Amino acid sequence: MARRVAIIGAGQTHHRSRRLDVNGREMIYEAVTRALADCELTLADIDAIVIGNMDHFESINSVDTWSVEGSGGVMKPIMKVTTGGTTGTSVAIAAYYHVASGLFDRVLAIGWEKNSESDTTGAIVTCSDPIWDRYSYSGAIPSLATEASAYMEKYGATPEDAAYVAVRERTHAQNNPYAHMYGRPITLQDVMDSPVLAYPIRLLDICPRTDGAAAVIFAAEGVAEKISPQPAWVQAVSVRHTHTWFGDVDQRSGLESLQRASQEAYAAAGIQNPAEDFSVAELYLPYSYAGLKWIEALGFCGPGEGPRFVRDGHTNMGGKIPVNPSGGVMSTNCIGATALLRVAEAAIQVMGKGEKRQVPDVKTALATGFGGCWWSDVMILGKEKP
Amino acid sequence: MTSAQLLVGTSPDIGMPYEWSVGIYGSVFFEEMRQHQRFVGIRCPQCGKVRVPPRRVCGPCFCEMNELVILPSSGRIVAFSIVNYPFLDPATGQERPVPYTYGYIQIDGADNIFSHIINETDANKIKVGMRVQAVFKDPQEMEDNVGFVQATGVAQATGVAQATQDIRYFEIIESEYTDALDTQPSGRQQTSEGAKDYEK
Repeated sequence: MARRVAIIGAGQTHHRSRRLDVNGREMIYEAVTRALADCELTLADIDAIVIGNMDHFESINSVDTWSVEGSGGVMKPIMKVTTGGTTGTSVAIAAYYHVASGLFDRVLAIGWEKNSESDTTGAIVTCSDPIWDRYSYSGAIPSLATEASAYMEKYGATPEDAAYVAVRERTHAQNNPYAHMYGRPITLQDVMDSPVLAYPIRLLDICPRTDGAAAVIFAAEGVAEKISPQPAWVQAVSVRHTHTWFGDVDQRSGLESLQRASQEAYAAAGIQNPAEDFSVAELYLPYSYAGLKWIEALGFCGPGEGPRFVRDGHTNMGGKIPVNPSGGVMSTNCIGATALLRVAEAAIQVMGKGEKRQVPDVKTALATGFGGCWWSDVMILGKEKP
Repeated sequence: MTSAQLLVGTSPDIGMPYEWSVGIYGSVFFEEMRQHQRFVGIRCPQCGKVRVPPRRVCGPCFCEMNELVILPSSGRIVAFSIVNYPFLDPATGQERPVPYTYGYIQIDGADNIFSHIINETDANKIKVGMRVQAVFKDPQEMEDNVGFVQATGVAQATGVAQATQDIRYFEIIESEYTDALDTQPSGRQQTSEGAKDYEK
């Protein structure tokens, strides 16, 4: 039987477009020391480490060994997990597995990226099949744009609907001093006036490229309560990967991997009506249209109802289910850390440490990861033990 | 330190060529395209779905497929994007020429979607649901892109990522469109004798 596990600490860098003052492992060190400080532990308390980032991004592929002086992995069990965009949730879920197994009591999960050190799109293109997909594939932006084109055709959603999501994310980011886009609010008109990168996606419809790192500490039942006054208990996790080939994902239907992952996690955590049952959600929404379509996959509203749900303010701070109080992926995107930031921010909300971005009286929080060939991870955290 | 004093290291302009096996069914696909300017898909014995390009395993069913299905070179746009920003193409080391249209096309008779380029970059002239037709390179040109089974029996892709460039692009053949969401795959077409002929 798996042990109960909680998050007891989280740390992150102040995310920027280019951190010339640190190399990758020095940047990792900043996030790790902040996570340890958050729960008043030292590195000696950590039993094992899971670390991840994007393959190919910095042209450093043995990250687990290369980074030990920054991660704290000298003479400790450490492994690298990398799954594209979901890397951050994969390291979190792997750290959870470590503790739940009973083999380790306190495990550190790390995600990081220095997007400034390579051509992000060129590096992402290498995730596509070299013979069949790579000739036409052009990275995340047009790939997501194709999904948007099919969604608009099916439900009549408009660029302005999507712009509401972009403005919400950026507005929320103004409460988060760690966010890359902190101090840079935008309006609907700014979004509509920004240049089209890949029809129908405009510059302000898509996430930025960020240098940053995140670290989250998991602990076992019996240990967690002694360290943290309010641990964020893992209620459920789920991982669903669908296909190898981009063309096997049918863009005319909902995001199947997220539907399946969330349904499994909801059943395990006893979530009946997600829009009512969750106090807050930190969702991996890499572009604005995802904020319309993927909340349908999560069951916040019905198919095609995303635009109305967002325009009605249900996902704003103070709404029925505030989405991304941190500002989300569209305000900070250090890719290997991006999904781990969703977990960290959801835990911060449960632990009540959100300061200006805190949602009042959080009981249960949802975190998601997205990546690769349209796959999804889900983690549910709560104040109560599962 | 000022940002002007913070140094970066850079890599030289380096090339790392790779070779990728396309497998038996991939080799058949390119051979059919070269000889007959048509596509070939493969049907799963469990779920019955026809997938193109053909591959050995149906992922959802986790079973081997071997029933090749000849498909026409026409289809329908399921989704698209007009790529408008420059980026470094890892296949060539050069910037990919823009604008170009990245298209998801349902080949007639296939259940999944084929990704390629559509030769229309005006957002007012392209729409989900439009019918398209593949435009192939001349067969002699194709030979330059993909090497086939050699005396050793080893399939060798000499064109690396240029392989699907044997299709120049897809062109829109009718701007009228029916509701693509209601369109079902057109079902079984001419079936070939399977892959065993190619296993010699």
